[in-house]
Amino acid sequence: MIKGAIIGLGKMGLSHAAIVGAHPDVDLVAVCDTSSLVLSAFNKFSTVKTYTDYKEMVGNEVLDFILIATPTKFHYNMVKYALEKGLHVFCEKPFTLTTLEGKELVELANRKGLVNQIGYHNHFIGTFRELKRLLQAEVLGELVHFTGEAYGPVVVKEKVGTWRSKPEEGGGCLFDYASHVINLIQEIIGRPVKASGSQLKSIYSKGVEDAVYGTLILENGLSGLLSVNWSDETYRKMSTSITIQGKKGKIICDATEIKIYLKEASKMEGLDKGWTIKYITDFAIPVNFYLRGEEYSAQIDNFIDCIKNKKQTVYNTFEQGLYTDKVIEMIIADYKKQ
Amino acid sequence: MDKVLFGDNQFFAVNHASDEKARAQSIRFKEDAAIIKVIDQAMDLGINTFMCTTHDRIGNICNHMRSNPSRYKDFNIYPCMPYAHKYANAVTELGIMGTIKQYVPGNLFSTFAKGGFAFLSKDLIGLMELLIDAEMKMFKGINTPVIFIQNVLVDMILGLKMVEVFKEYDAYIRKKFNAEPGYITMNMPGLLHALNSIGIENPIICSSINKIGFRMSGGIEIYEKYLLEKQFRPIAMQVLAAGALRPKEAIEYLSNFPGIESVLFGASSKGHIDETKNLIEQNL
Repeated sequence: MIKGAIIGLGKMGLSHAAIVGAHPDVDLVAVCDTSSLVLSAFNKFSTVKTYTDYKEMVGNEVLDFILIATPTKFHYNMVKYALEKGLHVFCEKPFTLTTLEGKELVELANRKGLVNQIGYHNHFIGTFRELKRLLQAEVLGELVHFTGEAYGPVVVKEKVGTWRSKPEEGGGCLFDYASHVINLIQEIIGRPVKASGSQLKSIYSKGVEDAVYGTLILENGLSGLLSVNWSDETYRKMSTSITIQGKKGKIICDATEIKIYLKEASKMEGLDKGWTIKYITDFAIPVNFYLRGEEYSAQIDNFIDCIKNKKQTVYNTFEQGLYTDKVIEMIIADYKKQ
Repeated sequence: MDKVLFGDNQFFAVNHASDEKARAQSIRFKEDAAIIKVIDQAMDLGINTFMCTTHDRIGNICNHMRSNPSRYKDFNIYPCMPYAHKYANAVTELGIMGTIKQYVPGNLFSTFAKGGFAFLSKDLIGLMELLIDAEMKMFKGINTPVIFIQNVLVDMILGLKMVEVFKEYDAYIRKKFNAEPGYITMNMPGLLHALNSIGIENPIICSSINKIGFRMSGGIEIYEKYLLEKQFRPIAMQVLAAGALRPKEAIEYLSNFPGIESVLFGASSKGHIDETKNLIEQNL
C-alpha cells in the first residue's frame, strides 16, 4: 500500500481525502488542518490520524506522498518541506504566489526525482483531451484565433470573504478561476508569451478582481482572448470552455460536449462537413470511485500510478503549473502598466 | 415506493450532457408557474411522487402545494439534501465555519453559540441534525415518506470511511420525520457494502443504472452482479445516460433486473413524460 497524508481540509482537501481514502492502493494515514471542527469529525468517525502541525505529521508518520490543499500562500513552504523529506507531492492549483518560489520547487522536485503534480483537473476531462487530440491531428488546419472562458457564481454579493479575497494570499478570480483557463490554453493550444489589454475588474469584491479579460499571444504567434468572471450568477457552477477558429473550421469545447464545425468532411477523423456534436458520455475516463466528477478521481489515479510505476506524470507537472503562474504574472504586469 | 419517480434536474438547469441545453431549460423554467404546470401534467398522467433537491425554489413549489391541499394531499415529495452547489459556492467564499454560520438558522444557532464553535465540535451529530432540520423546513405539512442524502455528501462520507455518520442519519430521519432514509450515490457497490457493515439492511439506494455504464463507478459488471444478487431497494437514475440512449432501449435494459423498485427520470414535455412513464410501467 502507498501511504499518503493531506494538508488542508477545505472543500478541495476534503474531496481529495475521500478520493484518496477510497483508492484501493492507498492508505490515507493522516490529515492536517487548523479547524478543530473538521479534525474532530476525523477523530470521531475515522481511523485517520489528525495533526495541526504538518512538520510534526511528516516527522511522525511513514509516508510516500503528501497532498497539499491549503491556501496558495502556504504552498511554497509545505511543498519544499515535503520534497526535502523525499516525499512525492500533489499540490493544488495555483502553484505558488511568485514564479521565483515555483522555479525553486520545480528544480528541487526534478533533482530529487519525485513525482510532482498540480491539480489542474480539466486535463482529466475527456472532452478537453479530445480537443487536444483533434488539434494535434490538425483538423482545423492553420489556427486563426482562440477564446478561453470560465464563468461561475462564486462571489455574487458584496461582503467580506476569506483568503480568496486577499490578493497577497493568492485570492481573486485571476489566481482561482482564470488559472484553469490559462493552463488549458497553455497545454492544449500553446504557451502564452505575452499578455496585452489585460483588464482586472472588481465587481463585488473589495481588494481583488472578480473578472479577468484580455488578449494572450502564444509562442507560435497565435493570439486569442481570455474572458473569465466568477461573479456571474447566470451559471449554476463553474463552466469552462475553449473555442478555436481555424482555416478549416471551428471547435467549441467544454466539460460536457465538443462541437466541431468543418468546412469539408475529415475522412481520417470520420467527421462530417458541417456540425458534429460529441458528448462526454463518449469520452469520460473510467474511475473506480466517483466524487463530483471523473476528473478528480482520474487525476489522483494518475498520481498514484506514477508513484507505483516510478515514472513522471505527463499531465500537470510542477513545471506546467509554474508556467501558468508566469502567465498570471504577465497579466498582472500588463494590467499595472496601463 | 412508486415505480415512477419524477425528478427535478430539468427545472434547475442540470443537464449532464450539455451546458447549452441546461441554459435553455433555466430560461424556460424561470417562473415557478412553469414548474408547477409540468408537475401538474405529470400528476394528470398518474405520477404521484416528485423527487427533488432542497433548492430554494422548491420552497415556492411547496407553498403552492400547501395552499391547494385538495389537489396535492396524496402527492409525495422525496427531498434530496443538501442542494450541494449552494454550500460548495459558500465554502469557496466563506470557508467551512462561515458557511455553517450562514446556513444554520439563527434562533437554533444561538443555543449553540453560547458554547461557541468548540462546543459545536463536540456535538457534530447535533450540528448534522440542525442542518437537516433547516433543509426540511420547506416541506412542513407535505408528505415526505422517503428522505435522501445527495450523492456528493454520501460519496464524500463513503470515501472518508466515516460510515457511522450514516447510522446517525438513518436513525434521525426515522425518529424525527417518521420517514425512510434513502441514499443517492455514484458508487453503489461500495455504499451497499458500507451500509451493511454498520447493520443497515435493505437500504433504499438510488444510483446510475444504464446500458453503457455511464457514471457506474467500478464498472457495469459489478453493478449488474449487485443488482441480481444483493438485498437492497434499488432506484435507477441516469437511465438514459445523459441522453446517449433512447428511452425504449434504456428502459428495456432495466427489465433485466427484477429487483429495481423505481426509476427516477425528469422530462419537460407531456409527451416525453407519458412515453417514459409507460415504458417504465411495461418493463419494471
